[in-house]
Amino acid sequence: MGALPALPVAVPLLVAAALVGLAPVIRRRPADAVAVATAATVAGLCAALLLQAAGGPVVYWFGGWTPRQGIALGVAFAIDPVGAGLATLAGVLATAALVFSWRYFEAVGTLYHSLMLVFLAGIVGFCLSGDLFNMFVFYELLSVSAYALAGYRTEDPGSLQGALNFAITNSVGAFLVLAGIALLYGRSGALNLAQLGQALASGPADRLVVVAFLLLLVGFFVKAAVVPFHFWLADAYAMAPTPVGMLFAGVVSELGLYALARVYWTVFSGPLAADAGGLRAVLLGAGVVTALVGGVMCLLQHHLTRLLAYATISHVGLTLTGLALLGPAGLGGAVLYAVADGLIKGSLFASVGIVQYHLGSVDELALRGRGRHLPWTATLVVLGALGLAGVPPFGTFLGKALMEEAAGAAGHAWLTALFVVVAALTAAALLRAAGRVFLGLGGPPARAVDAPPGPAHPTMLAPAALLLAGALAIGLVPGLAGRVELAAARFTDRPAYAAAVLQGASGPGGADAESHPPGYPAGPAGWATLAAVLGLALGIWPLLRRRPSGLRGRAAARLWAPVGAALRSLHNGHIGDSVTWLVVGMAAFGTLLALVVR
Amino acid sequence: MSLLPYLIAAWLFLVGLYGIVTSRNLVHAVVCLSVVQSSTYVLLLAIGYERGGTAPIFLDVPVGTRAVDPVVSALTLTDIVVGATVSALLLALAVQTYKRHGTLDPEEFRSVRD
Repeated sequence: MGALPALPVAVPLLVAAALVGLAPVIRRRPADAVAVATAATVAGLCAALLLQAAGGPVVYWFGGWTPRQGIALGVAFAIDPVGAGLATLAGVLATAALVFSWRYFEAVGTLYHSLMLVFLAGIVGFCLSGDLFNMFVFYELLSVSAYALAGYRTEDPGSLQGALNFAITNSVGAFLVLAGIALLYGRSGALNLAQLGQALASGPADRLVVVAFLLLLVGFFVKAAVVPFHFWLADAYAMAPTPVGMLFAGVVSELGLYALARVYWTVFSGPLAADAGGLRAVLLGAGVVTALVGGVMCLLQHHLTRLLAYATISHVGLTLTGLALLGPAGLGGAVLYAVADGLIKGSLFASVGIVQYHLGSVDELALRGRGRHLPWTATLVVLGALGLAGVPPFGTFLGKALMEEAAGAAGHAWLTALFVVVAALTAAALLRAAGRVFLGLGGPPARAVDAPPGPAHPTMLAPAALLLAGALAIGLVPGLAGRVELAAARFTDRPAYAAAVLQGASGPGGADAESHPPGYPAGPAGWATLAAVLGLALGIWPLLRRRPSGLRGRAAARLWAPVGAALRSLHNGHIGDSVTWLVVGMAAFGTLLALVVR
Repeated sequence: MSLLPYLIAAWLFLVGLYGIVTSRNLVHAVVCLSVVQSSTYVLLLAIGYERGGTAPIFLDVPVGTRAVDPVVSALTLTDIVVGATVSALLLALAVQTYKRHGTLDPEEFRSVRD
């Protein structure tokens, strides 16, 4: 099979090291070109792996240390379509972000390119790894480069503050993950996921296994920014340079959920099988709260990147509800939704970056009416808002339709209502911002500041447009839903995964998903349209009236004001507060798990 | 097997977190983070410990000699490398913060946002 699986990690790491070495002599443009070419190569390699993994799992043992008599000795990459798909998404987003950086940065050192490539290598390794400790190492690799990238604009106090909070909170999360890994190793003597699953499958979960699960769950929830572990996210994502934000919002948050799904279905689905019902309730609750808190906070923002950061939290919550159904159908929908949503978020971050570059601000009130000469950017933002709302034919719609179907089958049809509300909230925030910035609605135009005049440069518009086109393509490729469900069915099949890794059993094997009928489900399309219309109404309404008028309006404003103020003051970006919430959240999840696991 | 190392690991974790939560100085917070991380070293080493075991160097020793688990030692070493990286980066961010603001107190930054 060759060394193909190792290349998407090795290539960016080597190029990053070479760029650091060449830093004194290499000029800006060659460094840009090398970085873009490398990221594109990684995306291509990951896509090749995705195609290969679609035929059956690809297992690669480093140094040829294959298992002996079913015991894993070495370190493996175990590649399935879900992991390879996320890695491909990361490669595509990194390529787009680096192309975007071409023009976005006035001056940038090669250190930036190296950090981006190391970051990408970490993400890819994390997605492909079949070994729990290696997942931790790649998790740290991607996190450390992410902290450095978040604080890259050292001249901006907010950026430094966001990076510090990001780094400290996420490091605590990483130590929780490591403690969980240590406990699992102490119980089973294994670090390979398949081996761990086999060792724990023999009996029901005892207290040690539940505690290990809790530690991993909380650690990965910190990375995914599930409420109440989300307080670090807005500052880090909003203050990072926009191209970095494209990668953060596009793929990093989803990685936490991916990791949880991976360890659940390879390790814990055996011992926790009897408690799946209770676990489902806990995860669904976390997803619903995250989706709603993120959505409401999103609507409260005037700062465009912060608005997108809260939209990211909200959509991670939605993805979590799909995953929380703990079945292949829900997981397939969640994966499809996460990938399409990641592409749209990347595109929206790029569009906001264009606004920032040409108008010198990301505050929608300071930008009112000043975006009239950026018609293409305006179009992309509005299309992106519709994509976030899950309007057909965007891939987000297909993902949501699958999740709704799975939720209905599991007796949770009310999730459709949540999807409508969250889609309306986030779309409303974006459409309101677009109405203000590009149409000048809701007040006199703001005073212009000194910034490069338009029109936007193609190296900035093209990534935004192509990422959006990618999200459309995901919704339009015929038969994709069926393939994703098949991949999800394999992802959730623990014995087949273990056989593929430890015995080298290849071939599709395991459960076959029922083939999904092609074409669009009509029912969900109605809900998606409703969400978009609600979003439009909710977004435009505050622009068309000057102040809350009449008794009812004032009463509503009086009721709402303290809630909004409380939410805002909670999200103050203080490091101690976000770590306190981490501890509180861990205690809460610990209590809930103790209640539901018998 | 002694319970003591596990209690120490839990204690280090909690006391480090307490330090971060109440910290009024970013350098202090970074050191507290290292204390939290130390708990993972203790936990890992405790899990691989063999009473009366030697270092896991299997050269010139009879077959069947008791040794501590080399895997957890390797994990701990990796963990230490990670810790050094994170600490160095965080301290660099703290230095930059001090250069820009002239303060290291996280309480002063509550108003930086928006």
